[in-house]
Amino acid sequence: MPCRRPLFIQYRVNLKCGTACCEAVIRGEGMEYIIEMCNIRKEFPGIVANDDITLRLKKGEIHALLGENGAGKSTLMSVLFGLYQQEKGIIKKNGETVNIKNPNDANRLGIGMVHQHFKLVHNFTVLENIILGAETVEGGRLKTGEAAENVQSLSERYGLKVDINALISDIGVGMQQRVEILKMLYRENEILIFDEPTAVLTPQEIDELMKIMKELVSEDKTILFITHKLNEIKNVADRCTILRKGKHIGTVEVADTTKEEMSEMMVGRKVDLMIDKGEAKPGDVIASVQHLNVRNQLSHKLVVNDVSFEVRVGEIVCLAGIDGNGQSELVYALTGLLQPESGKIEMKGQDITKASIRKRNTAGLGHIPEDRHKHGLILDYNLAYNLVLQRYFTEGFQEHGFLKYDKIYEYADELIEKFDIRSGQGSKTPVRSMSGGNQQKAIVAREIDRDPDFLIAVQPTRGLDVGAIEYIHKTLVEERDEGRGILLVSLELDEVMNLSDRILVIYEGEIVAELDPEKVTIQDLGLYMAGSKRGDQNEI
Amino acid sequence: MSSFMAILVGLFVGLVILLVSNPGQAIRGFLAILLGGFVDMKNLGQVFYFATPIILTGLSFGFANKTGLFNIGGAGQFIIGAYAAVYVGVKWGFLPGHAHWIVALAAALLAGALWGLVPGVLKAFYNVNEVIACIMMNYIGMYMVNFLVVKTIFDSLRNQSMRVASTAVLPKAGLDKLFFTGNSSSSVNIGIFIAVLAGVVIYIVLDKTKFGYELKACGYNRNAAQYAGINEKRSIVMSMAIAGALSGLGGALLYLAGAGKSIEVVDVLAIEGFNGIPVALLGLSHPLGILLSGIFVAHLTVGGFNMQLYDFVPQVIDIIIAVIIYFSAFALVLKGFIQSFFKKGDEPSGDEKTIFPDIDIPEKGGDVS
Repeated sequence: MPCRRPLFIQYRVNLKCGTACCEAVIRGEGMEYIIEMCNIRKEFPGIVANDDITLRLKKGEIHALLGENGAGKSTLMSVLFGLYQQEKGIIKKNGETVNIKNPNDANRLGIGMVHQHFKLVHNFTVLENIILGAETVEGGRLKTGEAAENVQSLSERYGLKVDINALISDIGVGMQQRVEILKMLYRENEILIFDEPTAVLTPQEIDELMKIMKELVSEDKTILFITHKLNEIKNVADRCTILRKGKHIGTVEVADTTKEEMSEMMVGRKVDLMIDKGEAKPGDVIASVQHLNVRNQLSHKLVVNDVSFEVRVGEIVCLAGIDGNGQSELVYALTGLLQPESGKIEMKGQDITKASIRKRNTAGLGHIPEDRHKHGLILDYNLAYNLVLQRYFTEGFQEHGFLKYDKIYEYADELIEKFDIRSGQGSKTPVRSMSGGNQQKAIVAREIDRDPDFLIAVQPTRGLDVGAIEYIHKTLVEERDEGRGILLVSLELDEVMNLSDRILVIYEGEIVAELDPEKVTIQDLGLYMAGSKRGDQNEI
Repeated sequence: MSSFMAILVGLFVGLVILLVSNPGQAIRGFLAILLGGFVDMKNLGQVFYFATPIILTGLSFGFANKTGLFNIGGAGQFIIGAYAAVYVGVKWGFLPGHAHWIVALAAALLAGALWGLVPGVLKAFYNVNEVIACIMMNYIGMYMVNFLVVKTIFDSLRNQSMRVASTAVLPKAGLDKLFFTGNSSSSVNIGIFIAVLAGVVIYIVLDKTKFGYELKACGYNRNAAQYAGINEKRSIVMSMAIAGALSGLGGALLYLAGAGKSIEVVDVLAIEGFNGIPVALLGLSHPLGILLSGIFVAHLTVGGFNMQLYDFVPQVIDIIIAVIIYFSAFALVLKGFIQSFFKKGDEPSGDEKTIFPDIDIPEKGGDVS
């Protein structure tokens, strides 16, 4: 075995051991745990990210870590992985206190991690990526023969299908993730951390991952699974630790706990998981797209290919697809950020294909952009300035070219109140210092308060927690019922299924199917999105 | 406050250099610098005279900076503005009384705006980096002015431009009587009022108007400005043109001051164009801050002249002034660096941060939701 490392390492024993967790050990309760993080406290300037959190992993279990954005999940994992040092509390492995100063220490203790955004070298092969950092070298030359056999046998043993000679840039995200898992296995890690592993996967790939995770556990690995998707926890996890606002709320047996109970623990109040939405009453066509072609400016590839569809008032049309299939460019063309090569865009019966962005916006187009930092906000402006970004030029906010500050702040305070945007210094807060969820709320508030007739919402709940998602979904449905046409672009299948009245599936720049969410299953939708199934457009 | 600290650091380093170069006279020389214009009324007037052009080039740089552009073309804009003003001053003697110098200033504004406009257009429509375009425009401006001076308004005896008509010289408005010591009066004129006015106008435009809101939005985030329907190309062009006009006005105010200064035909870029950069940085790019920092730098310059009394060669004086400005600006950078270092002290740096992309650590004043 080329990269075998000694399993027994001299741990530095922390003598300051008097916490509750240690008392449990003394009483002989803690011995079954492979990893214990006891009473961890981690502060950042102005905020306690982890306040007295205790997390214990049993050997051979799948343990979920659940919490809202900013609840402290990632900070806690960073402490375990050696990226941060805790201020208080201790970490123990097999009952012995260990000191993890950096990721190498963590690795030596057998802790491995699959990051949300993969850490792979794109112009290396799968094999090269797996052995990177743990290569066997002979006389300065890389020896890959043994390693290849080794990886091959690992991949067979755990059912992780990969082509070890393929370049990373040529394989899909599902296989890239398997490469990441193989990297951990190759290093003989026994505690595997998965940081939101399902965010980028299709339903089929998610199922496969769940199977792999169960496989791994049956081979005596221990898995810590970070997520805020309750379905997945219900599917695979044995136990679940819930954090809220940096505090440990509880650890529950997943089998004995309902999803509603878990979400209540996570958010701190009752949350409606199902979107309460009545029948759609589609009316007149508000926007129509005819034979639209859009070329990518850099690669000159046709990324939107002959796309035609309509959106009516009073309905939510969802554009579903895996990231990078032309959704972004289609939206850019609709909103005026990118000129289409050919085709026609109409809104309220008027041709807006060549209209300026300002003209579209004032004519009733609302746009919640995909990238809130790139397009949605001017981070160095304060909240009030950002809230008037689409209307500072209108009567009431300016007079003869001079801005009316009192009116701007008055309006900002109104929106902050109405949409519950939380920030440190109210309307004067620099947006840069606000949390992601509240930044998103500010954009949603700004766009919805303009009463657009046609609203394009691109991943409006991206990276948000259950509470904020619930709020934004409710708002979108309300807008629909008030007679607006909504085009929702989403990568989240649950969101697509729950929120839409009509689903358009986009694959490689083409609309491959138009589906009725009441009739299609989530599995089928996944197949359409992955391009392995095509429907004729009259399927409904 | 940070600028104040920066200045103290700069002065201290200046003192050290004085001690090294001429220990005997160091303290007296240092006092001369500190006192600057505050020795008598004439010197005080000279401070305002020297401050005028660098306030305008400082405003030019600071304004562009606030709107996300790096206007290093001050030298070209400055000299082209100066030429336009001097040309009008020499040739257009038919203009009556006060109209003469006013038209000369307007010509300078236009010429400078044109010189800023070109890099602006290149940047907005062809994505040419404005720094490169501006540097090229500096050289084009310098050589073209040399050429034009020789062709149109050349005083071949002195190898420089001809003197402007007396009606084109900026009025003193009694300032020469106020800043008067012994039998000589200062070169100060209403240029300083025009500079202050320009600062106030720029402040109002940037901070109070819809136009300024758009310009700054483009500067902070061009994509978001575009998203909001702001014509970001127009904003960039306008911003560069205004910056150019400010520099051009600076050139006019210097060469119409009636202090006997003419455009020399030499292959040297106008130094006032570059001196605006430290002035703007020291004033934190804020228009009103630039007014103060411009006066401060002029104060040092006058102090430098007075140092000649203590046997310091002019080169050493230039070094001292440069060092003080340099360290002042440098201390500002350093302060920003130290602050950000302490603020982020607990966060992992660069690479590590991307490992946990959704880490949600609000900065000071943020919230936890």
